[in-house]
Amino acid sequence: MSLDPATVRRIAKLARIRLADDEVPRLEGELNAILGYVEQLSEVNVDGVQPLSGGAQMAMRLREDAVTDGNYPDKILANAPDRIGNFFAVPKVVE
Amino acid sequence: MLDMSIAEALAALAAKKISAVELTDAHISAVEALNPRLNAFITITADQARAQARAADAARAVGNAPALSGIPIAMKDLFCTEGVRTTAGSKILEPFIPPYESTVSARLKAAGAVMLGKANLDEFAMGSSNITSAYGAVENPWQRDDGAKLVPGGSSGGSAAAVAARMAMGATGTDTGGSIRQPASFTGIAGIKPTYGRCSRFGIVAFASSLDQAGPMARTVEDCAILLGAMSGFDERDSTSADRPVPDFRAACARGVQGLRIGIPREYRVDGMAPEIETLWQSGIDWLKRAGAEIIDVSLPHTKYGLPVYYIVAPAEASSNLARYDGVRFGARVDGADLIDLYERTRAAGFGAEVKRRIMIGTYVLSAGYYDAYYLRAQKVRALMLRDFNEAFATVDAILTPTAPSAAFAIGEKMDDPVTMYLNDVFTVPSNLAGVPAMSVPAGLDARGLPLGLQVIGRHFDEETVFAVSATLERAAGFTAMPAVRAGASS
Amino acid sequence: MSYTIDGTTGPWELVIGLEVHAQVISKSKLFSGAATDFGSEPNTQVSFVDAGFPGMLPVINRECVAQAVRTGLGLNAQINLVSRFDRKNYFYADLPQGYQISQYEHPIVGMGTIDIELESGETRSIGITRLHLEQDAGKSMHDQHASKSLIDLNRSGVALMEIVSEPDMRTPEEAGAYIRKLRTILRYLGTCDGNMDEGSMRADVNVSVRKAGEAFRTRCEIKNVNSIRFVMQAIEAEARRQVEIWESGGEVTQETRLFDPARGETRSMRSKEDAHDYRYFPEPDLLPLVLDEAWVATLKTELPELPDAKRARLMQDYGISRYESAIFVMEQVTADFFETVATGRDAKQVANWMLGDFFAALNRTGRSIENSPVSAADLGALLDLIKDGTINGKIAKEVLELMVETGEAPGAIVEARGLRQVTDTGAIDAAIDQVIAANPDKLAEYKSGKDKLFGFFVGQVMKAMAGKGNPALVNEALKQKIGAPAA
Repeated sequence: MSLDPATVRRIAKLARIRLADDEVPRLEGELNAILGYVEQLSEVNVDGVQPLSGGAQMAMRLREDAVTDGNYPDKILANAPDRIGNFFAVPKVVE
Repeated sequence: MLDMSIAEALAALAAKKISAVELTDAHISAVEALNPRLNAFITITADQARAQARAADAARAVGNAPALSGIPIAMKDLFCTEGVRTTAGSKILEPFIPPYESTVSARLKAAGAVMLGKANLDEFAMGSSNITSAYGAVENPWQRDDGAKLVPGGSSGGSAAAVAARMAMGATGTDTGGSIRQPASFTGIAGIKPTYGRCSRFGIVAFASSLDQAGPMARTVEDCAILLGAMSGFDERDSTSADRPVPDFRAACARGVQGLRIGIPREYRVDGMAPEIETLWQSGIDWLKRAGAEIIDVSLPHTKYGLPVYYIVAPAEASSNLARYDGVRFGARVDGADLIDLYERTRAAGFGAEVKRRIMIGTYVLSAGYYDAYYLRAQKVRALMLRDFNEAFATVDAILTPTAPSAAFAIGEKMDDPVTMYLNDVFTVPSNLAGVPAMSVPAGLDARGLPLGLQVIGRHFDEETVFAVSATLERAAGFTAMPAVRAGASS
Repeated sequence: MSYTIDGTTGPWELVIGLEVHAQVISKSKLFSGAATDFGSEPNTQVSFVDAGFPGMLPVINRECVAQAVRTGLGLNAQINLVSRFDRKNYFYADLPQGYQISQYEHPIVGMGTIDIELESGETRSIGITRLHLEQDAGKSMHDQHASKSLIDLNRSGVALMEIVSEPDMRTPEEAGAYIRKLRTILRYLGTCDGNMDEGSMRADVNVSVRKAGEAFRTRCEIKNVNSIRFVMQAIEAEARRQVEIWESGGEVTQETRLFDPARGETRSMRSKEDAHDYRYFPEPDLLPLVLDEAWVATLKTELPELPDAKRARLMQDYGISRYESAIFVMEQVTADFFETVATGRDAKQVANWMLGDFFAALNRTGRSIENSPVSAADLGALLDLIKDGTINGKIAKEVLELMVETGEAPGAIVEARGLRQVTDTGAIDAAIDQVIAANPDKLAEYKSGKDKLFGFFVGQVMKAMAGKGNPALVNEALKQKIGAPAA
């Protein structure tokens, strides 16, 4: 499997990263090198193997239902690049 | 004073031979002298450090000195620190001041450690050389015979350089694929990536959630044990944190290896490994044998797939973890005509090339039609690698390998393509994938005078054996070499 | 199943599936300790976790898990003892992490069913495909500022249950009945308040059309419809749109649409155009969710009686009709109210009063059982006053009105206003004499065989007694005075 320039652009779009035109061929080459390298995994027999998805091998702990956090809008908004009142603000979205 | 170990400094502080303020001032001076050259710190917090040192002296005066009272350390700039800018080495977090503290940094603070500043790192901890930091490369305090500027390794390169150059007595690091151990090896210090779940990840800027682990870096194995004792422990705010007691790691350093079975994995003898690394490995085997360990050949058959698995799993998780850097709630923003335009410009300007590359790869391997072939298959091979370790640990108590396939390289070397750079992590990545603890110990110098490390890998939650073996290696190696650039050195 | 849309090429059948998002009742959020109350000041009920700050990690709320299990049990569904969370990745202003933590491959609840009842009395069983837990997003407000959208994250991270049906519904009515029934079950279980106005229950509607006997055609998803009426309107509008496309030789494309109630039509959702590739993968910040079988069993024994069982029992225990019972069980408080009043009384009469005058009075005053000014005890007392002859039925209706108006007890109203019925035969006879004297012509007509005038005399006598005469005694006395009607 290898990436073409259109796929590079599509992936960049999905990842919300603007690419300059001259970045596309460079990324295409680099990404294909990485994909070529990981290609060797196809030689491993993984029949019947359960994927390992997490770093820890245990069951999940459940916390009790209590209000223990929140109620600090100043801290939540302190780093906001743009705000109006106690709202975060972004360019108007058309649904 | 700057050459003391943490253990020695704690004894001197307890005996009132030195004060925390003296110790901290000496280190602040070292930082001020060396940081312009080495660039080990992104942010220096001298005033806060002095205040913490004064508080440490006051606490000790009333007989209330916690475990690390008055010990000056560097904090990798991946740990969120309340009120102190936290950048993750990225432009996108350039203005970010966390209103909260990471669990690990909070524990160190509570233990009385003095934070000198925030240590430089590869952007979002993605790198093995510290050249991807948006705040400039870090220079390795060690020098090669040709005088070239060397990388300190990465991603915890600022932490490693600070400790090696005597700017800090210890440092925090994080290790996703070798980011504590490889820079430790490159700078002649010790560093341990504990078992996944030993240190809370709460408040650490995430790179790859299933692999990230915090750990200490220091000049001795025992110092790492002291630091890890303060850093680790159960945290209810991290669902992957292990609810287990923290053992006495420091005591484990004195255990020795009598009767331990040490595995030597044949798959770690890779093509192109430097002969002096091969030789050093053999020395390590001999030292342990002499100290009473039994050496056993073991097989970790899927070792060679570690890197390809890592370079699917880590970018996949990273592509998702880094989605929150969108210029809406915190961090840098580049305005746009609409929301999507804002996202794309913000992220294009805020992320560096390596981070973009990994986000792109991660996005691709998770995308519709490719998930099974890449991500799912990688997680299956990962399961096989865990099985390899479990089978090996059925017959041995610890595993000995080199830490990295080479000594530190020069800035500019190995940088022609990303895959060559990735090969640095070939020996370190498998323990991240399996979640087992692993430590790098400085064990010797190569022909050009650069430090080399040996790696000790242990069973899940058996850091004690890792410390016992590492301390034995440390004693046998008698590693006393020091980097050319260091505080207190005449040159 | 006679509902079809008639196009130029003949009738089209509808295929409808629903994804209902039900906000879980819990004090704190699914993965953080921030509060969940509706309508708080912006960004107050937000923790650093909910706002997706660097290094923040999710920790799951036990009660939210219990609520999902209870709901699964209430839907007769399979409870999966091992489930898992996944990340659904997409960018949106009110999605702080850049992904939603959801359950994709391994939901906590599997297949179940809901039985719905239609106007015709026909019942249908609708399959539940699955129920999974996920986090809600924040709220974007697009109409508060000329050039900006404002983001409030109070709702971000509140637990949702997404309940997915099979494409088993064929008419808008069935879809409406399904949501109503689901809402009732959730409210019985106490797992969701079902309040569609406040957005605590929202539906995504999948609609396709086909000719009878065909396989499924392409469907469209209408997002976030927030009332049952709109769901039904949206289905019809979307089905008509699709029929037109197919019949004009076009092809329906699978997409996400929005329903515009003002125009009564659906339109393509621009902001979702590019969001099809969600790149699901297992959430590495969480571990598998493993449920203890004994815990699930305990939750099961603690479940309340559910609407279907309650309806059957009310019919059985109180002898009321299926229809009456169905109305009472729609809300648990209504059923409880009925049972409280009916215990020890004529249940049939209680049902008549509740479904008739009582509900009418509540409706008129804009109240419901939850905030009724008349308690079950007072309604019972009113019926007791009829039974023991203190008042007659007609006066009782007046008393009920006064009870609804003032909240006073019926006995007090009767006494204060002198509404006690008159059983004094002397007073009744006097009233009769007065009526006879005033209506000699009517009396003559009656005597000459116009029997139906008997009713006229009853009415006049009651009127003369201000409605308070005991109807049976009045009848009896009249018969004595003017003779019983022949029929």
